[in-house]
Amino acid sequence: MNEPQQNLWQFMSGESDKLLNQTFQHLGLTFISLFLAVAVGLPLGIFIARKRKLSGSVLAVAGVLQTIPSIALLGFMIPLLGIGAKPAIVALLIYALLPIIRNTYTGIVGISEEVKEAAIAMGMSKMQVLFKVELPLAMPVILAGIRTATVINVGVATLASYIAAGGLGEFIFGGISLNNTNMILAGAIPAALLAIILDAVLAAIQKMNVKKFRKLLYIFPVIFLLLGGFYLLPKAYGSSLTAGFTPEFMGRQDGDLGLKAIYGLKIHTIVISDAVMYQAAYEKELDVISGYSTDGRLKAFNLTILKDDKGIFPPYYAAPIVRVKALRKFPELEGVLNLLAGKITDSIMTDLNYRTDYLHQTPERVAKDFLMGCGLYKSAKGGKKGVIRIGSKIFGEQYILAEMYRMLILGNTDYEVATKTGLGGTKICFDALMNDQIDFYPEYTGTGLLVLLKPDPKMAKKIAHDKDRTYQYVSKQFLQQFNIRWLKPIGFNNSYALMMRQKQSKDLDVNSITTLQQYLDKN
Amino acid sequence: MMIRLEKVSKSFNDTIAVKAVSFEVKEGENLILLGTSGCGKTTTLKMINRLIEPDEGQVVINGKNIAIENPELLRRGIGYVMQNNGLFPHYTVRENIAIIPQLLKWDRKKTLDRTEVLMAKLHLPDEYINMFPYELSGGQQQRVGLARALAADPAILLMDEPFGALDNVTRASIRKEFKALEELKRKTIVMVTHDIQEAFELADRICLMDKGEIVQIGTPKELLYQPASDFVVKFMESERLSLEFKITTLGDLWHHLPEKFSAKATIVRSDLSVWDALNYFRSGVKEIAFSTGKTQEQKSMDIHDLTSAFNRYQTQHQHE
Repeated sequence: MNEPQQNLWQFMSGESDKLLNQTFQHLGLTFISLFLAVAVGLPLGIFIARKRKLSGSVLAVAGVLQTIPSIALLGFMIPLLGIGAKPAIVALLIYALLPIIRNTYTGIVGISEEVKEAAIAMGMSKMQVLFKVELPLAMPVILAGIRTATVINVGVATLASYIAAGGLGEFIFGGISLNNTNMILAGAIPAALLAIILDAVLAAIQKMNVKKFRKLLYIFPVIFLLLGGFYLLPKAYGSSLTAGFTPEFMGRQDGDLGLKAIYGLKIHTIVISDAVMYQAAYEKELDVISGYSTDGRLKAFNLTILKDDKGIFPPYYAAPIVRVKALRKFPELEGVLNLLAGKITDSIMTDLNYRTDYLHQTPERVAKDFLMGCGLYKSAKGGKKGVIRIGSKIFGEQYILAEMYRMLILGNTDYEVATKTGLGGTKICFDALMNDQIDFYPEYTGTGLLVLLKPDPKMAKKIAHDKDRTYQYVSKQFLQQFNIRWLKPIGFNNSYALMMRQKQSKDLDVNSITTLQQYLDKN
Repeated sequence: MMIRLEKVSKSFNDTIAVKAVSFEVKEGENLILLGTSGCGKTTTLKMINRLIEPDEGQVVINGKNIAIENPELLRRGIGYVMQNNGLFPHYTVRENIAIIPQLLKWDRKKTLDRTEVLMAKLHLPDEYINMFPYELSGGQQQRVGLARALAADPAILLMDEPFGALDNVTRASIRKEFKALEELKRKTIVMVTHDIQEAFELADRICLMDKGEIVQIGTPKELLYQPASDFVVKFMESERLSLEFKITTLGDLWHHLPEKFSAKATIVRSDLSVWDALNYFRSGVKEIAFSTGKTQEQKSMDIHDLTSAFNRYQTQHQHE
C-alpha cells in the first residue's frame, strides 16, 4: 500500500512469509477436511451401496448441503462451533462429502454383478469382497470423486478467511477491500495453481496401473494427514488477548499498520470477516475487534468503543457518489439524493443498524419507518422515465441507505429504480460505478481518500484527520480523475473503531487504545 | 452319495422359482440341470453353495445339512464356474487362479505349482500367467475360470452355463477337452445348461426342469426312449434324430448288424456313437469293424449296414 506502483512480483516477495504461511494453511485446511470427508464419505458410500433403498435420501441430503452458499454455511457454523479452524474444516468437509459419497456409491454399484457373485462364490467373506474386489475395482471412480472434492475444497477454502481460519483468502479478500490488485493476485494465483497442481497429481494417480495402486492406497491417508498437518504450523506470537480484524483493516495505514506504528500495539491477531466478528467478540472468541462506529451490533452485543486517543482513524462521512453522466441524464436526481443530507446522525444510524442487524427488521421497513418519521416518505409515483441503478456494499447500513434512496427517487420523481445491493467490497462497488453498471452508491470520505485515491502518505496524513478538508479533497479529485461527484454528506461518521465487550473493558480498566497497549505490555 | 436336495423350494417376490425339488447326485456323477430359461435350474444350482438360501427344504452334502455350515468355508470347498467367467478384471491370470488357495492360506510355492499344473492341463500357455483377463480370448478366459474353480481340488464342481457365452466352434472344442479332462473324472459335477446337445453329450444323468419342478430325471437314454410326459417328448422333438445318433453306440446295435467280417475294415471301439461312426464314413472310410466286450467276436459294416441296423434298433425301442 505504501508504494502503489510496486508490481506483483515485488509484492509477493515482500510478503513471502505471509504468502508461504497462507499457502500452508490453505493446503492444511484443504487436506484435513478432505481426510475427514473421506473418512465419513467412503463408509457412507459403501453403506448406501449395500442398502440401496437409503441411497436416494442420503445423496439428496448431501446434495442439499452442497447447494448451501459457502458464506451462509460458514455463518451457520459460528453459533455451533465458534470461529477459526473448526467451523471452516466442518464446512469444507460438508462440501467435499457429496462427490465422495456419490462416487463411492456409483463405483461400487457399477461393478459387474458377475464379478461380485464370483467373489462370494469363491468363499470370500463380506470384508474380503469389499477390500479385495469392490474397493479396488471402484477405486478409479472413487478417486475421481476425491479429485473433484479436492478442487472444490481449494476453492472454498479461500472463504475460510472470513471466519478467521486463515488461508489464501486473507490476501484475496483483503485485496478486494483495499482495491489492491497485487494483493488479490498474490492470493488468487497460488490458489488457482494449487487447484491445478492437485488436480493433475490426482489425475495421474487415477490413471496409474492398478497393481501399483494397492500400496499407494495405504500411503494416501498418511499424505493427507501430513498435508493437513501444515495447518498446525505455529502462528504469529501469542498474547493474553486476541484481536479479530477484517482483511481490509489488516492492510490499511489507518488500520492494523497504524496501530502497530503509532500505538506500538502487539496483539495476537486473527483475520475474520466483519459479518461474524461482532458475534465472535460477544461469545468471547475474540477480545478486541475492528468494528465500525455506527454498527448496530455495537448496541446489540454490548460492546464499547476504545477511544482513539492518538487519532489514527480518519473520519468516514457517508455521502452518495454519482457519475456525472448520470446526473446529466437524470436532472432530478441530485435534488432527491440531497434530501437525506445531514438527516442521519451517528446515534440515529447506530439505532437503524441495530434494528436490521439485531432485531432482524428488513432494511426496507427500517428505511420506510425512518422516512415517515421525518416526513420524507411519499408513495411511488410509478413513472417510467428511465431506470436509475443504485449500488451498495455488502453490509446492513448500505442496504438501509440504498432502500431510502430508492423510496425517495420513486416518491419524488418519475424515474424507475434498479438496486444492485450487496456488492462485495469497495473495489467491486467502485468498479461497477466506473464501468457504468450502477449510477451511484453511498461511499465514505475516508475510504475515498485512502482506498480509492491513495494520495502519498504525507499528503494523506495532513488532511485525513480533518473532516472538511477530506471531503473537499475527495470531491475535487474524484471529479477530476473519475468524473464522479460527491453529493452532500448524509451526516454520520462511520469510522473504524476498536471495540471490546463492555464488561471486559471495565474489568481490565481498558478504555482507550493506549491503555489497551499498556495492558498488553504488562500481561 | 454326495449331494442330496430334499423338497427344496424358493420364491422371489411371490413368484415361485423352485417348487419342492428333490434329487441326489452320486459321487463322481455328472448331473445336468436342463430346461428353458426361467425354469429354476440356475436357482437350484445356486442353492447348493448357498448363493441363494432355500425358503423350504434342505440341501445335504456328505450327510451334513449345509444350512448350518459356515457359508464361506462351504463355498471354498465347492468349485464354481460361471457363464461369463466372472474373472476379477484387476487380477492377473495367476492371481485369479490363486484366489481360493489364498483364502485357504496355502503357501506360495504350493499355490504356484498347482497353478502351473492346471494351466498346462487346460492348455493355457505359460506366458499367460501374468496377463489380465481382458487380454485373453473368450475361450481362454473360460479356461481360466475353470482353472480357478479347480485350483483347490474341490470334490464338487458347480457349473452355470459354463460354455454358454462362447461361439459354436470354440464351444464344441472346449466341450471335447472338458470331457477328456482327467481332473474332472473324479468330481461330482452339477451343471446347468439350456443346450440339449450339450446335456446329452456330457451328462451321466439329466434333470429336466420346467416351471420350477422336475419333469423327469434319468439317463439320456431314459429321457429319449422312456419319456415321462409329452413335455419331455416335445422338448427334444426338434433334435431327436441327432440325439439318438449321439447316444446310441455301435455296441447297442450288435444284434441288428449282419454277421460278416472284412479284414480291410478300420477297427473302432464298441462305445463309439452312431453319430461318430457316420462321421467315419463321411471322411472316406468304406468299412469299420468292432468287437463286443464278452466274446471278442468281430463284425464289420458299411454305411448301409449301419443305417439299417439303426432303423431296426429304433423300431424295436419304440415298441417297448
